[in-house]
Amino acid sequence: MTSHVEDANRRDFLVVAGNAFAAVGAASLIWPFVQQMNPDASAKALASTEIDLAPVKEGQAITVMWRGKPVFIRNRTKDEIDAAAKVELSELPDREARNDGLSGAEPAVDANRVLKGHENWLVLVGICTHLGCIPKGQSMNDARGDFGGWFCPCHGSHYDTAGRVRKGPAPRNLEVPPYAFISDSKIKIG
Amino acid sequence: MSGHSSSYQPTSRWGKWWDERLPVARMMHGQFVDFPTPRNLNYMWTFGGILMFCLVAQIVTGIVLAMHYQPSDTAAFNSIEHIRRDVNYGWMLRSFHAVGASMFFIAVFLHIFRGLYYGSYKAPREVLWILGVIILLVMMATAFLGYTLPWGQMSFWGVTVITNLFSALDTIWDGLGTGIVEWLWGGYSVSGVTLNRFFSLHYLLPFVLTGVVILHIWALHVAGQNNPTGLDIKQPAETVPMHPYATSKDIVAMFAFLTLFAWFAFFLPDYLGHADNYIEANPLVTPPHIVPEWYFLPFYAILRAFTGSFLGIPLGSYAKLFGVVAMFGSVIILAFAPWLDSSRVRSAKYRPMYRMAFWAFAFTCVALGYLGSKPADGVYVLWAQIFTVLYFAFFLVAMPVLGLIETPRKLPKSINDAVLGSGGHGMPAGATAAPETR
Repeated sequence: MTSHVEDANRRDFLVVAGNAFAAVGAASLIWPFVQQMNPDASAKALASTEIDLAPVKEGQAITVMWRGKPVFIRNRTKDEIDAAAKVELSELPDREARNDGLSGAEPAVDANRVLKGHENWLVLVGICTHLGCIPKGQSMNDARGDFGGWFCPCHGSHYDTAGRVRKGPAPRNLEVPPYAFISDSKIKIG
Repeated sequence: MSGHSSSYQPTSRWGKWWDERLPVARMMHGQFVDFPTPRNLNYMWTFGGILMFCLVAQIVTGIVLAMHYQPSDTAAFNSIEHIRRDVNYGWMLRSFHAVGASMFFIAVFLHIFRGLYYGSYKAPREVLWILGVIILLVMMATAFLGYTLPWGQMSFWGVTVITNLFSALDTIWDGLGTGIVEWLWGGYSVSGVTLNRFFSLHYLLPFVLTGVVILHIWALHVAGQNNPTGLDIKQPAETVPMHPYATSKDIVAMFAFLTLFAWFAFFLPDYLGHADNYIEANPLVTPPHIVPEWYFLPFYAILRAFTGSFLGIPLGSYAKLFGVVAMFGSVIILAFAPWLDSSRVRSAKYRPMYRMAFWAFAFTCVALGYLGSKPADGVYVLWAQIFTVLYFAFFLVAMPVLGLIETPRKLPKSINDAVLGSGGHGMPAGATAAPETR
């Protein structure tokens, strides 16, 4: 066949170029069909939430909504802070801080899970890192698991008083959302 | 079988006109009327027809329900109650659809166990079998999407847990799993956006299922049906025409099946569901005990068997990934059965050791189902781990090894020998209507 073609290279080029354009065209047509399923701008808009912490007494906890997710805020007691600070890094299944307020991967010591000067306030996304259930432990009479933090009833993950996973199938510590104190008793999440 | 030609003879001018242009009647006659079926099929071979009925029933009731259902997070829950209380005969149609899903799975599980017992997955039926596994996967996806729609607590948290399975991929590549999950949700949590797209897909998948079912039947009619002896058909006298022989047996089984169906649909419409699903979805409260529908329980038990450690082996942060891989693997491994089984004998009737392994496997599936319904702690986890090992051992140990060490019982020379005793060569009395011209 090729012997009849005056310029085989020219024909090959046309075939490759034609197919390449068709592939790019197909891909750019598929992309909108895939992308339409992702969160849109209205969902992405970082709706930040301001919360007044004044009514939350020591040992109490509240749950607020942020981006459609529950956020746990616990005013930790002295004992709870001490228990969390005492834990060696080697005892943790997940040794990363999982704190969105920190840049890069920091070790999961208690200091990296809270804001400096506000060590009693623990702010966490209240979604179990296993399969997304809401762990128990916010209410005073909830089961708080073996480590005094939270306990996920779905598949039995235990979290400690710094929201770090200690036991069970959850692979990660509870996420710390980005937040800041805008006054002594008010925080802004997001 | 593939060479089987239809004996269709159009009688009317209208029939002849069509036969020359689009011979659908000829094809249907050849495939479903005079198609040769083994003469020794037992009642375990009636589930194909029953499953066909289930698929059609789910599509018909589903299309009607979609005329009254509203896929929005604010209206979905109430629209289900509207269907049950206000829509004329809505209570009945919804029961048929909800109970129908369970009945569909009862039939498909028995159909699969039949295939495993009689070796229906072995050559030359591998493609037929793999299409069946694909059908099971699409059925499971459809059932899962459909269970979201009532938007009760179990719907919501079931979706949350199952979609979160994909986040296990974060262990392999950070952000991959989370990206997929948010793509599925269309947000940062399960919401009305998720419900809307799940409704769309729940409507789509049954038609995909229909397409795969057509391929499944096509593959079946190329290889021909297996039979309780597992022997190949050697002569036409070992077959009877599908109609009226196989079809009449199908109808008897269908009536028994429909009796059970009607009993659930009319007397126990909610028995197979969960009371928690009559509480509207609440993203702030997880029900204390999340369980999927009964037909997912064995797979759910396998998922949960992988806690921080598995039978004493620490898994660390890989526990979740292993659980997810094992759960999907427990279905997908079925597709490899044709190559995992090393025995040339098909039917467990002639394989004493495989038959024991089969019943142990059946017990394992039931035990996993029970464990899946129990809370994931204490002794239940240990048993779930043991039975998970046994589940996979059936495919990865029993299937390859038994074929090498087992001595099969003596096989009959042919289907006719098995049915009539070794002396019989003639036609059985019951099959005189079989045209001997074929």
